[in-house]
Amino acid sequence: MNMVQRATEALNRTLPDRAVDPLSTARRVVGQAVSRLDGPSKVTGGATFTADIDQPGLAYASMVPSRVASGRIRHIDVTRAANAPGVIDVITHHNAPAMDTPVLMTLTAKGCAFTDVAPLQDDVVRWNGQAVAVVVAESQECADSAARLVDVVYDAAPARTSFRGLLSEAVFPADVLGEPSEVSRGDVEDTLSQAAFVVDEVYTTPPHHHMAIELHATMAQWSPGDKLHVWDSTQALGRTRHSIAHAVGVPEENVTVTCRAVGGGFGNKTVWDHQLLCVAAARVTGRPVRLVLRRQDVFRMTGGRAPTWQRVALGAAPDGHLQALVHDSVTGIVHENSPEQVSVPARHLYASDTYRIGQKKVVLDVVPNASMRAPGDSVGSFALESAIDELAGHLGIDPIELRSRNEPAVDPTEGTRFSKRHLMEAYRRGAERFGWPDRNRVPGARRDGRWLVGHGTASAFYPYIRMPGGKARIRITADGHAVVTAAANDMGMGTETVQVQHAAERLGLPLDRVSFEFGDSTLPDSPIAAGSAQTASLVITVAQAAEELKKVLLRRAPRHSALHGLKPADVVFRDGGLYRVSDPAQGVSFETLVGEVRHVDAVGSSPMLPLEFMKYSMHGYGAHFCEVRVDATTGETRVSRWVACIDAGRIINPKTAASQIRGAVIMGIGSALMEEGLVDSRAGRTVTASAADYHMPVHADVCDIDVSFLDIPDPLTPMGVHGVGEIGIVGVAAAIANAVHNATGVRVRDLPITLDKIIDGGAAR
Amino acid sequence: MREFSYAKAVDPEEAVRLAGTGARYLGGGTNLVDLMREEIETPTALIDVSGLAQGITETPGGGIEIGAATSNTAVAAHPRVRHDYPMLARAIVSGASGQLRNMATVGGNLLQRTRCAYFYDEAARCNKRSPVSGCDAREGFHRAHAVLGVSEQCIATHPSDMCVALVALDAQVDILGPAGARAVPLEQLHREPGDTPHLETVLAPAELITAVRLPQATVAANSTYRKVRDRASYAFALVSVAAALRVEDGTVSEVRIALGGVASRPWRAHLAERELLGAPATAESFRRAAETEFRAARPSRDNAFKVSLAPRVVADVLEGLIR
Ligand SMILES: Cc1cc2nc3c(=O)[nH]c(=O)nc-3n(C[C@H](O)[C@H](O)[C@H](O)COP(=O)(O)OP(=O)(O)OC[C@H]3O[C@@H](n4cnc5c(N)ncnc54)[C@H](O)[C@@H]3O)c2cc1C
Repeated sequence: MNMVQRATEALNRTLPDRAVDPLSTARRVVGQAVSRLDGPSKVTGGATFTADIDQPGLAYASMVPSRVASGRIRHIDVTRAANAPGVIDVITHHNAPAMDTPVLMTLTAKGCAFTDVAPLQDDVVRWNGQAVAVVVAESQECADSAARLVDVVYDAAPARTSFRGLLSEAVFPADVLGEPSEVSRGDVEDTLSQAAFVVDEVYTTPPHHHMAIELHATMAQWSPGDKLHVWDSTQALGRTRHSIAHAVGVPEENVTVTCRAVGGGFGNKTVWDHQLLCVAAARVTGRPVRLVLRRQDVFRMTGGRAPTWQRVALGAAPDGHLQALVHDSVTGIVHENSPEQVSVPARHLYASDTYRIGQKKVVLDVVPNASMRAPGDSVGSFALESAIDELAGHLGIDPIELRSRNEPAVDPTEGTRFSKRHLMEAYRRGAERFGWPDRNRVPGARRDGRWLVGHGTASAFYPYIRMPGGKARIRITADGHAVVTAAANDMGMGTETVQVQHAAERLGLPLDRVSFEFGDSTLPDSPIAAGSAQTASLVITVAQAAEELKKVLLRRAPRHSALHGLKPADVVFRDGGLYRVSDPAQGVSFETLVGEVRHVDAVGSSPMLPLEFMKYSMHGYGAHFCEVRVDATTGETRVSRWVACIDAGRIINPKTAASQIRGAVIMGIGSALMEEGLVDSRAGRTVTASAADYHMPVHADVCDIDVSFLDIPDPLTPMGVHGVGEIGIVGVAAAIANAVHNATGVRVRDLPITLDKIIDGGAAR
Repeated sequence: MREFSYAKAVDPEEAVRLAGTGARYLGGGTNLVDLMREEIETPTALIDVSGLAQGITETPGGGIEIGAATSNTAVAAHPRVRHDYPMLARAIVSGASGQLRNMATVGGNLLQRTRCAYFYDEAARCNKRSPVSGCDAREGFHRAHAVLGVSEQCIATHPSDMCVALVALDAQVDILGPAGARAVPLEQLHREPGDTPHLETVLAPAELITAVRLPQATVAANSTYRKVRDRASYAFALVSVAAALRVEDGTVSEVRIALGGVASRPWRAHLAERELLGAPATAESFRRAAETEFRAARPSRDNAFKVSLAPRVVADVLEGLIR
């Protein structure tokens, strides 16, 4: 941390807290299990995804992926491709329009890319699968087929592709999302060596891929005056617009980005080469161009979760009191990218007398790693929460009791107070729902026919994040409806639904008189849907817009009316109008206030930077419980029961929120038992580049998932909410690893937990 | 774009007549079309045979004949199959997904190609895809690959579940070609890779599979199929076992064992069967017999677990068949 940061932080601690949002306890619409408003259109095929959008004169693009991981293009011959039927043009580094570097996601508040190298600007190959040419043709089939006819000769250079082989070269990154890359207190190694009980193990996790159902799609169309319209399957409209404008060198206001529906993002629907190449192809050909990634392109041209190596060492007194906590970790990275923040959970979960928590990076020549659902936290917690379970086993203490004995009074590494922390309450409630007291207590002791049955638990954790900036508009129409508008993103998680609920509550309207318009960059600018932060970020701006709306409406209050001359603080929204606080019977309907005009509008901006993080430790927590069954002969593991109890602040919609947790648990089951991106280190090439080779859970792998929320508002957040999109995956892999150990006596520390590892561990007979 | 012609054959004779050089028969297309998209197969003509012989009929000897165009779903659902050859029904439903099984035909299932990721990636070396180019799987990722019937040139697994049951049931494959009709035992349909992994079957160009015949086999009524895999459904076998068993006075009097997921072709475990005949029907002898089958195994770095896993599964399955 530099001087300025320190000073700001110190100043911040003296700032007064924001007033508690009065809606934190409202229950008329907020808190109700409203079904997703977009549900019917999604299940009937009515929703329009980016690749569904047509345009007269549309041309189709296909990218040519490189076949080496590092080196230069000695020669690229497009003759055969250019002469293939239907081909309009072939773009290589020889004829590509000049492009500026894409802006990195973590560099500025407007960045959206994970590589800062623009495509086709030189002959350098940076990873295996990087685009070296784009073919534009009259049909997708023509483009795809001709793409195979581009002849490329490479001068391959030695490439750094083996994460495990390069671990010894790991170095500290400058920072981990603005935090120091290592934090420590006391002489942790010395304490460890003297501790009565010690766990000191290495845990590893492979690359993971997001595998959203919808393939990345972009359509670009230029029009006179350097105007550009891009339809894109993005989870960050504003940032995508900024990145594209910056790269192609046109003013941001010339670019429109539209995206009404996204079929899953998980952190991967950001700016990659294909959007820039689609825009370039449209520029070169003068045609509207559509570019849809093939499934293998998604694996090789967009990045996933980085591989990790993690040492966790715990030293404890016989009563379980933690004396030493080491979390040394290494993640793979592309040089200019931000590291997978695996060391974050250990910074906030446990009190320990001494600690050293940090992470290094190994620079690789692979597709740049991206954010993937709870980046860092999910795989970091696998190591930490497995180790805690191992320690509990050594100590002979219930793992929940062990956690409870090491609950910190203040944030263990930052010393800040918690805005709210109900982790142990989540364990208490979850344990009750799961029937934890009836669990198997001796590893390998419980059998049901051919199955060894085991139980495991682990903590969920995720930071509270609110994005800075953003605007929202509320329009009240003459018939008394409200239309809330923001350039927000809905990847299928229910953004539209919860924002309608929020606005209905805030404006005192029934649900069916509120709608939410989103998905286009011409609407009021809104933050990225990432970091599980969109709901909180939108709520605060919409709340602000509602305050503005009061002013606008009060100015319109007729002279003789009950509202004439009142101030915003004197009125509340209720029953489709504005009413006096002092005399609730006195008020005026929206219809009357809007009067003769068609509508009135009010715009609100995010009121202040999210400085609350600096003053308080703000995180969501939760407890996962699971039962697994391991086939005693084959080592096949199936998850048979799941309970997740989550402490994520106020829950706006228990149905959509539970769906987020459920989806995250399923994704976590995948990471625990089957997901594994295999990079063949000889060529640096991802081998598992299809849905057949990259396994993720199918329905038969998923049991009923019992989700409950503590639903306790965070007094410091808008409406008391926290994010719910990512927290659910954190702790899942550890809970499963712990349950597998409980079932078999075999501890697998290398994800995924496949049957061969269980057999090798000696479990199967 | 690669152009190809398409014709739908009305009968087997016409199909064979239409099948010139560069032609491929098209069943459900669930494998061939994928391979064409990747340009691993580049036929110039498709002869659609999905409308030919469909259905299951009784044969004079008490067995059944399954038309080559019968869908996998229909075979698995047929009462005779379920009753007399349960291992076949179970093998089929353990494969792919409901949608794929609805499309997939028996002929196509027999001739589906390996799922080795290097075979599918044209940037990789593969002796099966382009002869004598080398094999990237040997030193690469091969956890799911074969340990039996492999060669220096190829360690790919034959991926079919259905074929494993068929080979255990002594299925015969009826073939019609330009030179006339013939039949081969299923066990002899697929070749081991040897030095020519690109030659996968004994079929001559333009030879069409018209039917699969199952002889009557009373032992098969007491049979099953067990598939061990990385997830609960929709994954290819790491190890699979089709087995049928008859025990008299505690002794094995008849046994059929076939293995999937471990070999270059549907693998009949003759060695194990021979060892078991007349042996006591105990877990111990089942396992020892199965281990015999794997004495010839040639595991690679990451698939050695199959050598110990498969005999355990065989023993477990046979134990489950003792009545
Ligand atoms: C995602 C996925 C998962 C799968 N999982 C499994 C699994 O778990 N287990 C499993 O066993 N299978 C699995 N399969 C494979 C599936 O069983 C095969 O794709 C299917 O059986 C092929 O049948 P088809 O009729 O579609 O063949 P096609 O694709 O039409 O043809 C396959 C081959 O057979 C040839 N052919 C077809 N009919 C004839 C004929 N009558 N005579 C001569 N040649 C013919 C074709 O020319 C082609 O070479 C999976 C497939 C997919 C795509």
